[in-house]
Amino acid sequence: MRIAFTSKGTDWDSMMDPRFGRTEFLLVYDEDKEELIHFDNRAIEDVAHGAGPKTAQKLFELKADVLITGNGPGGNAATVLEKAGVKVFAGAGELTVREALRAYENNALEPF
Amino acid sequence: MKIAIASGKGGTGKTTLSTNLASYIAEEQMVVLTDLDVEEPNSGLFIKARLLKRETKYKMIPEWSEENCKSCGNCHEVCNFHAIIQLGSSILVFPQLCHGCYACAELCPSSALEMVARKMGELRHFQNGKLNFIESRLDIGQEQSTLLISQTNQYINEHFPGDIIKIYDSPPGTSCPVIEATKDADYVILVTEPTPFGLHDLKLAIDTMKKLGRDFGVVLNRQGIGNNDVLDFCQQENIPLIAEIPDDRRIAELYSRGELVYQEIPEVALQLEKILDFIMNNKDSR
Amino acid sequence: MKEIVVISGKGGTGKTSLAASFACLEGRDVVVADCDVDAADMHLLMQPDFNKREDFYSGELAKINQDECIRCGNCADICRFNAISIIDSEYIVDPLDCEGCGYCARICTSHAIGNEKLNAGEWFLSSIKTGSLMVHARLGIGADNSGKLVAKVKKEAREIAKRNGIGLIIIDGPPGIGCPVISSITGANFAVLVTEPTISGLHDLKRAYELVKKFNIRAGCIINKSDLNTRTTEIIEDFLKAEDILHISNLPYDEIFTESMTYGQAVIEYTNNDMTGMIKDSWHKIKQIL
Repeated sequence: MRIAFTSKGTDWDSMMDPRFGRTEFLLVYDEDKEELIHFDNRAIEDVAHGAGPKTAQKLFELKADVLITGNGPGGNAATVLEKAGVKVFAGAGELTVREALRAYENNALEPF
Repeated sequence: MKIAIASGKGGTGKTTLSTNLASYIAEEQMVVLTDLDVEEPNSGLFIKARLLKRETKYKMIPEWSEENCKSCGNCHEVCNFHAIIQLGSSILVFPQLCHGCYACAELCPSSALEMVARKMGELRHFQNGKLNFIESRLDIGQEQSTLLISQTNQYINEHFPGDIIKIYDSPPGTSCPVIEATKDADYVILVTEPTPFGLHDLKLAIDTMKKLGRDFGVVLNRQGIGNNDVLDFCQQENIPLIAEIPDDRRIAELYSRGELVYQEIPEVALQLEKILDFIMNNKDSR
Repeated sequence: MKEIVVISGKGGTGKTSLAASFACLEGRDVVVADCDVDAADMHLLMQPDFNKREDFYSGELAKINQDECIRCGNCADICRFNAISIIDSEYIVDPLDCEGCGYCARICTSHAIGNEKLNAGEWFLSSIKTGSLMVHARLGIGADNSGKLVAKVKKEAREIAKRNGIGLIIIDGPPGIGCPVISSITGANFAVLVTEPTISGLHDLKRAYELVKKFNIRAGCIINKSDLNTRTTEIIEDFLKAEDILHISNLPYDEIFTESMTYGQAVIEYTNNDMTGMIKDSWHKIKQIL
């Protein structure tokens, strides 16, 4: 499974970004390969409308199966994620990426 | 004669003025009141009238058909508003983000996108005696107020003769919807209050009106509170101060109950008469 | 770092006045973000020094290069917004009508149309009278009010808070329920909903709360001018109970809000009467939740 995180940095100890659409980074952890890659989403700052769907499309391109985030995606983004078959878990906004993964593995996060 | 009632700041009394002014005028002559605050129209709370007509309002948005699509991604690329998302071989369209430019549909090499009409809101036309009240409401989740505002203006132009007084309750602020709402107006009345916030936002509103080349004047609401800076400013800048509505707790109480004000408070009626005079005097010079 | 956002749905409820008082109560230990970018008013109470200023760009405007233009008129034909017209035999784009869709630029065979980034406003970083910092902005006239400038103000506020080790951001949110409001509430730990006991106030409160609920943000409500209509105040209180929204306080209608504003001061600076006490209590109640 490929698990994605909205984050403020590029490594396991970075803080999660509570937002989805305008998140600074998208981190994707490939459980099988045990690899963590990141995508710099900060250019989204230039986007006026449609930040959510754009970031959601990016997540699809990164082939994420699961998304772990803070507040949750807005309406438009949620539609894209649903269509793309990504399962969303919210409530991890105040954790580090590492802690967020652990919380997810322990079923401590709310499905969105 | 088209009079738009606008303000830089929310909560200055635009709706109170529009609804009371229109009702006052309707006692003697035909008048049309239109609520152009399409995201949040609430003039209707104060107007008691019979529903005459409803019209569904549409915007054109692209509809994708899978059969012809070659997944070239051109539509996603040409859409500047990110309203078209490509998920592999699927295309998702976001009507709320679409501005209706037609680029995606017209530039699609495979004719996989067609512009179709989608409901974005509703216009309702009410009537009570000499008062015609038109309210347009944007569906929740829709973002393009400007289009509904312009279609509402069209409705008014098509249904009412030129010489009736038409009052437009505009959205607050100075961004796109306000521009669209005041575009057509012969005159703009800016409502403000005599406080620092009121003065600051009045100046923003005035800058906007000047940029649009609109004729405008000021109605001061809640006269008595704050200070004289707005008065002084209007004097210095030669901005017509058309009327001053006194600060009266009873006005706020009546408003909170969804009731008109001028019948209970004669001073308000007097100021409305002043505004009507002003309109009638300027009407003939148009 | 914690974020408290003050929103209202309807304009004129006293949102900015209250946000200013809260900011004054915190003194140096807070960063203030004025996200009401269409009609920013916080600066009238906080005495900012406008120390740093930056232009803000959002969206694009089509611009026709008259030297390359061959006057074929294709651009004017395809423009759905009637933004291109002929003035003195030249094809000109009206900046107020242009929506920045870029279609004309794409189909111009002479490559005479470019897309210019639109200067849609500016943002500022100021020191304010409480000794702390404030990020504020001004949206340009007729600009597209997306959440972008709001997002920019918040981003800068967060960065400053982080750099200076400040643990709290107070956000004066925009009125309404559209994109700018959404942009101001995402990432907040608590939303203070300021309302008034009028039918439109209640209606807008409900819509504003729907947004807050959707983003899973804890909310509390202050009913301002509550004694104007006791019946509607009761209806609001019932709504708060039903939705499990913290009922922070009821503030009576008080001319002191306007009076203090006239002197460029927040209520709690201007006076030490009952109202100040109530505002202080409200703030303590909010902080206890965090």
